[in-house]
Amino acid sequence: MITGLGTVTPLGVGAATLHRRWAAGESGIEDGSGACRDFEPKDHLSVKEARRLDRFSQFAVVASGEALEQAGWSEGLPYDSLRIGCVIATGIGGIETVEIQHDVMRDKGAKMVSPLGVPQYMPNAGAAAVAMKHGLQGQMYGVVSACSGGAHAIGSALRMIQYGDADAVVTGGAEATLTEFGFACFNSMQALSPTGVSRPFDARRDGFVMGEGAGALVLEEADAAAERGATVLAEVIGYGSTSDAYHLTAPEPSGGPASRAIELALGDAGLTPEDIDYVNAHGTSTQLNDAAETAALKRALGAERAKQIPVSSTKSAIGHLLGAAGAVEAVATVQALQHRIVPPTLNYEVPDPELDLDYVPGEARPLSTGNGRAPVAISNSFAFGGHNVSLVLRGV
Amino acid sequence: MSTVTNEQVEARVVEALASFGPDPSQITRDATFEELDIDSLDLVELAQIVEDEYGVVLKGEDMKELKTVGDAVDLIVSRA
Repeated sequence: MITGLGTVTPLGVGAATLHRRWAAGESGIEDGSGACRDFEPKDHLSVKEARRLDRFSQFAVVASGEALEQAGWSEGLPYDSLRIGCVIATGIGGIETVEIQHDVMRDKGAKMVSPLGVPQYMPNAGAAAVAMKHGLQGQMYGVVSACSGGAHAIGSALRMIQYGDADAVVTGGAEATLTEFGFACFNSMQALSPTGVSRPFDARRDGFVMGEGAGALVLEEADAAAERGATVLAEVIGYGSTSDAYHLTAPEPSGGPASRAIELALGDAGLTPEDIDYVNAHGTSTQLNDAAETAALKRALGAERAKQIPVSSTKSAIGHLLGAAGAVEAVATVQALQHRIVPPTLNYEVPDPELDLDYVPGEARPLSTGNGRAPVAISNSFAFGGHNVSLVLRGV
Repeated sequence: MSTVTNEQVEARVVEALASFGPDPSQITRDATFEELDIDSLDLVELAQIVEDEYGVVLKGEDMKELKTVGDAVDLIVSRA
């Protein structure tokens, strides 16, 4: 059961802000990047916390704090601390710290590299910071699978609870790669949009727009949540994951392994394509991803059924948050289910004749379930390296 | 031969420690690093600042003996 949500995104700090602004068709992208311009560390963290955390971990701590507060954990942990896990993903880790300390080494010598370098840039630093902040003493680790990391973290958290290893898990993903070196690396791959516009599934799409931020969720075991009277926001009911084993960066073009991840998630949830009311797409705005994802959805859901389900991309509003994307998009999906609203794919204006699903152009629309049952959505994440993750989420 | 005064070093040490997080008003000569929540990572950073500014090399075993802000100031001044 999901009992808490938190985000830091280019649309602002706070999950409610993300939903409200995305559903209103507002974009957090400026000058070709999705920076968290409103985020001021001192508003949320002590001097000591802020200087000991790379920006990605700062995002993780702030998003998790919001999620714990919403879950009603502010006055104390509701379970034995050794039974609360923490799984936080990142695609890259503390790249800003690496750059700063590398400069220090070149300018002043190796002896002057900060002792805080490693604890800031290690990819598990976000998980460690969140666990330390709240005293979470169960299984705790980082997840590393590039742009699928956030979704893998949620899947791992789900399994930890289902296996009985934890009563609750704080999970999510965080990323902060808007640095000179970060842009240089992604630019040299020709992955980024030269026009600086995120327009997933549109015929003119020309690459992704890099963003930063974090998403966090509190997952609690269903009976335990009920026993303590927790307010349930939604439920993670299915998780499927596969690997393309095809190419370092390009998705397998038939969408075969990706479609299998969706099928596995549906099977895990015990549902069929008829039960799905909304797809929160990975939708990066690259030529290859959006074509392969469309193919995967049609394979997994059936071409006719796939065309009936609204598919929209959060990345159209905030850009691609890499290892945070899956978590932020799961939070966005939960809120779509809560509010029964499908936010739109921004900037989708020119249909690609090859991509023929309903990408929710223009503006948000009501999320309809047909027969009044709780709405169900899929959230997809795919990644450099060939990682495919699909989550199935059910509203209440 | 010392070229820096006790007061100069103390001011620099207080400034450095304050940047690590504790409230500046609590950073007195008698304040302990434990009270100020200054840990071993902070002390390595302090040693780097001291070496950069005064050319005084403080090693791990030197730092272990330090309990208070005054201890650190005295050690630095004695070696500067």
